[in-house]
Amino acid sequence: MTTETSMLDKFEEKIRKEIKIEPRDWMPEKYRKTLVRQISQHAHSEIVGMLPEGNWITRAPSMRRKVALLAKVQDEAGHGLYLYSAAETLGTTRKEMTDDLHTGKAKYSSIFNYPSLTWADIGAIGWLVDGAAIMNQVMLCRTSYGPYARAMVRICKEESFHQRQGYEIMLTLARGSEEQKAMAQDALNRWWWPSLMMFGPPDHESKHTAQSMAWKIKRKTNDELRQQFVDATVPQAKLIGLKIPDSDLKWNEEKGSYDFGEIDWDEFWNVVKGNGPCNKERLNARVKASEKGQWVREAAAAFAEKQNQRKAKKEQVA
Amino acid sequence: MQSYTKYSPELEYVLRIADNSLIMGHRVSEWCGHGPVLEQDIALTNIALDLLGQSRMYLQYAAELMGGEETEDSLAFLRDAMQFRNCLLVERPNGDFAHTMVRSFLFDSFHYFFTKELLNSSDKRLKDIAEKSLKEITYHRKFSAEWTIRLGDGTEESHNRMQNAVDELWPYKGELTHPDSLDKKMAKKGVGVDLKKIEPMVGEFVGQIMDRAGLKTPQDVYMHRGGKEGTHSEHLGFILAEMQFMQRAYPGQKW
Amino acid sequence: MDKEKDWPLWEIFIRSRAGLNHKHVGSLHAADADMAIENARDVYTRRNEGISIWVVESKHITASNPEDSESLFEPADNKIYRHPTFYNLPDEVKHM
Repeated sequence: MTTETSMLDKFEEKIRKEIKIEPRDWMPEKYRKTLVRQISQHAHSEIVGMLPEGNWITRAPSMRRKVALLAKVQDEAGHGLYLYSAAETLGTTRKEMTDDLHTGKAKYSSIFNYPSLTWADIGAIGWLVDGAAIMNQVMLCRTSYGPYARAMVRICKEESFHQRQGYEIMLTLARGSEEQKAMAQDALNRWWWPSLMMFGPPDHESKHTAQSMAWKIKRKTNDELRQQFVDATVPQAKLIGLKIPDSDLKWNEEKGSYDFGEIDWDEFWNVVKGNGPCNKERLNARVKASEKGQWVREAAAAFAEKQNQRKAKKEQVA
Repeated sequence: MQSYTKYSPELEYVLRIADNSLIMGHRVSEWCGHGPVLEQDIALTNIALDLLGQSRMYLQYAAELMGGEETEDSLAFLRDAMQFRNCLLVERPNGDFAHTMVRSFLFDSFHYFFTKELLNSSDKRLKDIAEKSLKEITYHRKFSAEWTIRLGDGTEESHNRMQNAVDELWPYKGELTHPDSLDKKMAKKGVGVDLKKIEPMVGEFVGQIMDRAGLKTPQDVYMHRGGKEGTHSEHLGFILAEMQFMQRAYPGQKW
Repeated sequence: MDKEKDWPLWEIFIRSRAGLNHKHVGSLHAADADMAIENARDVYTRRNEGISIWVVESKHITASNPEDSESLFEPADNKIYRHPTFYNLPDEVKHM
């Protein structure tokens, strides 16, 4: 007999044995919901994340930088698409997800509610924001849901040039003129703390972490990933002579990692609640693109329908 | 920077081709992040990347012809509007998706036959770049032609928007295939393309697609010209203000 | 929100090199099959991942039921005589 309990046992055994869960497999409703929420949120982040960088495509300072940035922002679109596809295997449509984004019901990563003010921000975003994202994404390549894990493997492969692109921009600025150095340092100052916030609230306050860890949706906690990011990034900043804006930052010999200062969680929650510098602009840009595109989507659907009818008619005659 | 008051005919000709791809690529890249549907956002960006890639090859060649300190970047970021040689069509604003598609369709139709003819150029470098670009342009032409048909024959709204875009952009079509003295000179030398030769090919292709799209061809339209010789519309100045901002605000630095 | 529906969903299969099978890589939305192929080209082969594309509208795929998987697949487990190692040959016969 396949009761709910025996299904759950089977599901949990699979999780224990590291067997991936696939779309048509039985899964607890809460597992499905958690995944839809997390994957769609992740997808929205990729799409909204195109905006602060897309900002600079038409202003990139050289042809080489321009094509690299354009290709990078295009990748984000692709990654959003892979993720929407993964979420769609769970029975939710792209339309439902984007509607939730446009009405403000669904969240996306708060980091994209900060403005990109100078060219150095493009460097800082690539280096820090993509760097932080990669920590998360590498972990997610081993997530328990098959389509999500496969999307992440693809994404990680493609992401590898993104952080290098950003770091190379920072390196060039740091080795450039005084005003370029100042521009780089200013960008680091503004993006450092929001990057640390990207990993989400501390473990003891994160309401989803425990269950997500148990189901192996997440394989590392917010704080573990944050620490990993700090440890990887601090030496990179040193190498190019930039200063991390944290007076409490110091190497802790005993634990073999860096201690760092207190994160301003009030700021974090404020931005999550919609009070970041660009929340409204970002959402408006997405809503506007969708509204302005509606007639295009409708026309293409109408044309496809006409073509089908024409084809059917032809076949009838023949 | 050198003075651009006197370009050699060869240089002038290369810049015409380079600037068409550069400004067109710039315009298409403005869509990135704002497309009507995610899949088309990605598609448009691919096209922008192709065009910018082409412009780089041509600009690098132009820089070599000029010699000295010139680079693709000094040419893209440090010339003023009157030193640009792109045709007027490519600097038209994106407008709605219909305007963007009609602009692409008209440009791609020309660009395809132009580049195909450029394969016969006696200038080996131009011939090589044309060869590399033609596959991309073949795809661009297919893409914009399909969308022209799809939207022309879609809904009433899409049809009206497309016809409106055709009517507005048609006056900028003539310049593409109208040979001026430089075009004639370069064609005669075997370096450039005989525009008179490709004009009917472009016309035939455009006509076929317009028919399938159910769009009316505007009649007796005055054709604007001047971009190729450096007399542009007001739009180019704003494109350059944006595109050249960094190089102008921070002269002489490496990025 | 409004009644607008997504374009249909398509499953994308890519042949990465000559001689290999088409392999499922993901899905995307497109209004028609031609557009699905072009979108697949732009979405899934940006880094030379493919030389051939198949697109199938997702609704046309019939999948086996995971609940039947024991009866479908496990009976093959005990048919070891289908595998070459089932047969004992003298060591002198090196390759067969």
